[in-house]
Amino acid sequence: MGPLSGVRVLEFGMAVAGPHACKLLAFMGAEVIKVESITHLDMLRRAGVDAEKGAKILALRPGEPLPPGVMLDTFVSNTTQLNKLGIALDLTRPEAVELAKRLAARSDVVVENFRAKVMEEYGLDYPVLREINPNLIMLSTSLAGKTGPEREYLGYMEIFGALGGPGHLTGYPDGPPTWIRFSMDTMSAVSAASAIVTALIHKQRTGEGQYIDYSSCEGAVCLIGDALLDYAMNRRDQSRQGNLDDYMAPHNCYCCQGDDKWVSIVIGTDEEWNAFCDAIGNPEWTTDERFSDAYSRWQNQQQMDKLIQEWTMNYTHYEVMDILQKAGVAAVPSFNSPEIWGDPHLDARGLTVIVDHVTLGAQPVSAPPWKLSRTPAEITAAGPTLGQHNEYVFGELLGLSQEEISSLVNKGVIR
Amino acid sequence: MAETTALDGVKVVELCNLAAGPYCTKLMADLGAEVIKVEKPGVGDEARSRGPFLNDIPHPERSALFLYLNTNKMGITLNIDTKKGKALFKELIGGVDILVEDKPPGMLADLGLGYEVLSELNPSLVMTSITPFGQTGPYKDYKAYPLNSFHSGAEGFITPTGDPFPDRPPLKVARFAGEYEVGIHSMLATLAALYYQRATGLGQQVDVSKQEALIDINTYELLAYPYVGWFPNRATVLNPLGGIMPAKDGYGHLAMYEEVQWDNLAKLMGNPEWTKDELFTNPDVRRQRSDEVNEHLAEWTRAHTKYEIYHEGQKAGVATGAYQTPEEIMDSEQLKSRGFFAELDHPEVGRITYPTAPYRFSKTPWHGRRAAPLLGEHNEEIYHKRLGYSKEGLARLRGLGVV
Repeated sequence: MGPLSGVRVLEFGMAVAGPHACKLLAFMGAEVIKVESITHLDMLRRAGVDAEKGAKILALRPGEPLPPGVMLDTFVSNTTQLNKLGIALDLTRPEAVELAKRLAARSDVVVENFRAKVMEEYGLDYPVLREINPNLIMLSTSLAGKTGPEREYLGYMEIFGALGGPGHLTGYPDGPPTWIRFSMDTMSAVSAASAIVTALIHKQRTGEGQYIDYSSCEGAVCLIGDALLDYAMNRRDQSRQGNLDDYMAPHNCYCCQGDDKWVSIVIGTDEEWNAFCDAIGNPEWTTDERFSDAYSRWQNQQQMDKLIQEWTMNYTHYEVMDILQKAGVAAVPSFNSPEIWGDPHLDARGLTVIVDHVTLGAQPVSAPPWKLSRTPAEITAAGPTLGQHNEYVFGELLGLSQEEISSLVNKGVIR
Repeated sequence: MAETTALDGVKVVELCNLAAGPYCTKLMADLGAEVIKVEKPGVGDEARSRGPFLNDIPHPERSALFLYLNTNKMGITLNIDTKKGKALFKELIGGVDILVEDKPPGMLADLGLGYEVLSELNPSLVMTSITPFGQTGPYKDYKAYPLNSFHSGAEGFITPTGDPFPDRPPLKVARFAGEYEVGIHSMLATLAALYYQRATGLGQQVDVSKQEALIDINTYELLAYPYVGWFPNRATVLNPLGGIMPAKDGYGHLAMYEEVQWDNLAKLMGNPEWTKDELFTNPDVRRQRSDEVNEHLAEWTRAHTKYEIYHEGQKAGVATGAYQTPEEIMDSEQLKSRGFFAELDHPEVGRITYPTAPYRFSKTPWHGRRAAPLLGEHNEEIYHKRLGYSKEGLARLRGLGVV
């Protein structure tokens, strides 16, 4: 039983920023009801992977019906919807909006990240929902927030990283900025989830709900706060510096045996430097004056990195980690996905969880990233198929009869 | 100040260094929790010795990194290696809700300050431990600096995206971004445990592995492998069409995931001839010949500034962006109009501008009460006023190097 059991969340989510936040709350035991419709599907139900060119999204124009036989469950949609209940409601229909309002009245939290004005058009925006449920917590998450000149702008994860600054500060010093991907979406989801729990704690104490306006662009800006303070203090406009650090060297990734295998090595003290030299057999260059103290090593790190790499190239990245960690030096592979899913440490920590999805079958996913000793966060269910929990939510929760539900299905309200 | 804060009355002790742990408790302090930061006498948090410093002159009270990560906290010094220091630490823990620490697994237990001992003293304590690999497992004692931790989470392997130099090493994302992400994750888990504590009176231990927090952050990149046997590397682009584009004065971004966005893009560019060809109109052809499409797009973007690409694109209904620098971010009308920046006074660096937080709470706003504490700034307040030590007693503790 997770720490948030007893909390009910109603999700009007799309892609990652809203849904991942709700998923984390569901990992913690909250009951999350995701509202979707065949006419307004979560875009990740159309997302897959193409082995050659990466992610692929089935292209559609607004109102265009899905091609027949298309699969509405994908590994990505399963992963964003773990532990959730799924219902199908066509919110363009007034009866559907009424049902959504009845659910909002019984929820502690509503989360939405639809495009600007969509919730208003449905008549499900905060002023309306607050009337129904005065102590509701509602969070909207969007590119730039719900106020200001850019409030209606539309953005995906790569735009968060571009506007927020991490894009500009990531890359080789002589290369372009970096198009940062899912991490910007999930980071803002984690942050939004933390805002929701904060509001739940306030509500626990005072009974009071509130509205939270989350900006993913600002979430990305907060990741480079120290660079902003550098500007505020020194008027220095920082740029890309690869893996390098302002003080420490060695501080980089080094090529190892195999195809595209790399290990990160960082040395922070003279003690670690001496241990490193011993571990690699004290080759002559390590006694060179250019590397005799921390300052010289930092100054001459380009040459030093080449010499270090001549050593790492003889070993696999796992071997380098073993050799150096035994000597007390920080060395960790730059892991890729196959390595993550096969790593003995992560296995021992229980990273891989297999869920049984209604249409996809057994699906591996990653476990909740925190271990709570008394109220463990858990994965209890695969992502729902579209409308999988209509019966429970409309029947048990809202008390609609079988006939009423069938009639709403026939009218296309539930679909 | 009468302003309501969401975490009013929540008491936190922080025993952390550098970025991930301090960011976790900064987020709580900014939302109203009382955070007491415990630092080693004389040296303090490692972030104090890392810049950038005011005017680039090293000074423990003038580090931008430290100032950013410790807003709204109180600061005391305490040497927990001494017997008296341990006793004082226990006294402190007796009266708080949360301890956030980032020591190597087992270190606090060896000092007699492990969860067993502390929870005996204070059964409602939530103790969050943030370490590179977690409290258990074969790598638990491995050493990792922020760069190592970042690469342990597998985002380095795909950074930079669409790398034009595949023989160059994987990279970290901006400065300490990975550590901050871990800090956010830790804050979420800690507050969830606090929610439970408030309902039941029961505390617990929260084990956060930086590696696992970052794996969650990257889970959507990582899961393709178990499904299709394919995994991204630095040459991979998520969407081969558009993406990062050269502008007249830097870089813009074009993201088209929906057909209507392509329609809007054609209009935005003034419907040039090539947009009438199947190269543009047919999604499959477009994808197959993405290089050609991108060349055409770059022709248009090169003729525009990054802010033209961003604002005109957005107004036309395309998800466009601009790669902003810190200076441009500090100057952003959008951020300023939303009250994203706050000014705080600090005795050593004066009044400067800080970014606040990405959320606007309608009832319990972000609250800038004070800038980061000077080393030991609140010793008197905590030891004398809170724990009842006399001024002489405090002086003796100072003399003994405990405080």
